[in-house]
Amino acid sequence: MIRERYLNLLIGALLLIVPLVALQLDEPFIITLATKAAILALAGVGLNLALGQGGLVSFGHAAYFGIGGYAMGILASHAQDYAPLMEAPFLIEGTNLMPVIWLVAIVASALAALLIGALSLRTSGVYFIMVTLAFGQMFYYFTISWPAYGGEDGLSIYVRNQFPGVNTLDPIQFFGICFVVLMAVLFLVNRLNKSPFGLALNGAHQNEERALTVGINVYRLRLVAFVISGAITGLAGALFADLNRFVSPTMFSWHTSGEIMVFIILGGVARLFGPVAGAAVYILLEHMLGGISEYWQIYLGLILLFVVLFAKGGIVGGLARREVRHDG
Amino acid sequence: MSSILIIEQILNGLQFGVMLFLMAAGLTLIFGVMGLINLAHGSLYMVGAFAAAAVAGWTGSFLLALAASLAAAALFGALIELTVIRRLYARDHLDQVLATFALILIFSEATRWVFGSFPLFLNIPEALSGTLTLPGGIEYSRYRLTIILIGLAVAVGLFLLISKTRVGMRIRAGENDREMIGALGVDISVLYTLVFALGAALAGLSGALVGAIQSVEVGMGEPVLILAFVVIVIGGIGSIKGALAGAILVGLTDTLGRTMLPWAFAVFMDPAAASSVGSALASMLIYILMAGVLLFKPTGLFGSA
Repeated sequence: MIRERYLNLLIGALLLIVPLVALQLDEPFIITLATKAAILALAGVGLNLALGQGGLVSFGHAAYFGIGGYAMGILASHAQDYAPLMEAPFLIEGTNLMPVIWLVAIVASALAALLIGALSLRTSGVYFIMVTLAFGQMFYYFTISWPAYGGEDGLSIYVRNQFPGVNTLDPIQFFGICFVVLMAVLFLVNRLNKSPFGLALNGAHQNEERALTVGINVYRLRLVAFVISGAITGLAGALFADLNRFVSPTMFSWHTSGEIMVFIILGGVARLFGPVAGAAVYILLEHMLGGISEYWQIYLGLILLFVVLFAKGGIVGGLARREVRHDG
Repeated sequence: MSSILIIEQILNGLQFGVMLFLMAAGLTLIFGVMGLINLAHGSLYMVGAFAAAAVAGWTGSFLLALAASLAAAALFGALIELTVIRRLYARDHLDQVLATFALILIFSEATRWVFGSFPLFLNIPEALSGTLTLPGGIEYSRYRLTIILIGLAVAVGLFLLISKTRVGMRIRAGENDREMIGALGVDISVLYTLVFALGAALAGLSGALVGAIQSVEVGMGEPVLILAFVVIVIGGIGSIKGALAGAILVGLTDTLGRTMLPWAFAVFMDPAAASSVGSALASMLIYILMAGVLLFKPTGLFGSA
């Protein structure tokens, strides 16, 4: 039995210490794994706001992850070719500045989440799952059949984008950026969860009728949560694209949506640091099982099945032992 | 665009729709009766296709291949129902989604392990190859016509099974009140296994039928599964009638969109741009259709709240 706050500190500290130790041991690959874990954790934190706090089982968050990724790919490829994105009615040029790319990724994915959320939230339960899944796939097929930005082959960026004052090509410095972004978003999400907005969102999850009765506009509340959730996942997509210096329609595929959901379940639904623990463990499993067998996904599937059937509450839930409802 | 080509495309759309119906009927039946969302339904489609390709390669008989697809999918369906799925009925949808997502990983990798990564091919039987001349002088593939007929026959059979037989009566009763039919002495767990195996067999059949048109490969079930979800959302969950209407609508929209949109855009754009814009838009068309239906009926055309 550990208090969740100390457990969160421990998870955060581990994520920071592992790459620092790897730096001392001169193991850049481990730093890259930790960076990947931090970025995927960010995507999970985004989904957890809708899924954990809001009870909205979105199976289409790959859409925002991919939009964030393509925001980076499109802007950076135009900057790379010195070809403006648009000349009329006003000039828009590509850029390789991370802050600008992040802003575009956040705005674009928030807009997509607004549109998809406004439609999907008209439904509920299993309809909501299927509708979000279907809209997610729509982007996947669109990028595959849209040849302007690489179509099925995706887009490669040759040099990682820049951040003022940081050498992003150095693995540990890029990890630093991702870690700081993750911690900043976790801080914001924590504040949000404790704000009247977060409490109302959670209240509507626990009992929709009661929330409606006390005069909460549940639809609008959920839509706002869905948009923020999509925007965070979009930001993670932009960072993920920068990590790989590559974007492809795979970012949009429903496997990606499933994986983001898996981080949350592994770590613990509606737990602040659940997605962080989940993503880290997932990356570790992927790396280790991949070394054991070519068919490692069988083992991953079995582990996941076991966690869902027998170990409810995930890692953080199992260690912290404080009940959080997530049935809805 | 000639009228013959349009009629051909309508028939292609019908064939695609009928195949989607076979997938969607199982999904919607399982959801309606047991309240379970089963992502692994696409895996059972793949199992059916692989079983058919393996048996056809082995015996050379298409009929045996079809029987094998039904048997293998029903068997694997019953197996996962007994081991995994029945633990999920009382769980929330999130757990169902994740557990069946895990099943997909297991099925896909196991299939890759047994059959390898290369696609298999299933040949169209001799008697059904070639074309048939329809009234009006339209030449159309015999095999695709057969799929349309099989699909429609299954739709009628399913309708009769559910509305006229004792098993169907129990299925309908199970949809409405599972405690009550349990109290009346019906063994619910056997009924659920049967319904699940029936849904699985339909998915397997559709996989085998399509396997002769496309290649049989790992992951083939997933795009079809998503389309089947779109069909169910449009038709309304739990409604066989809705699944049929939704499937035909989606089949026609998708097929006609893919041929007509690039051609329609070419009227006012240069051909290269028209084909890229047209095909990109066509790939989104059924989702736009789904969004349109949701705007007016959030529970689908034949769904109840």
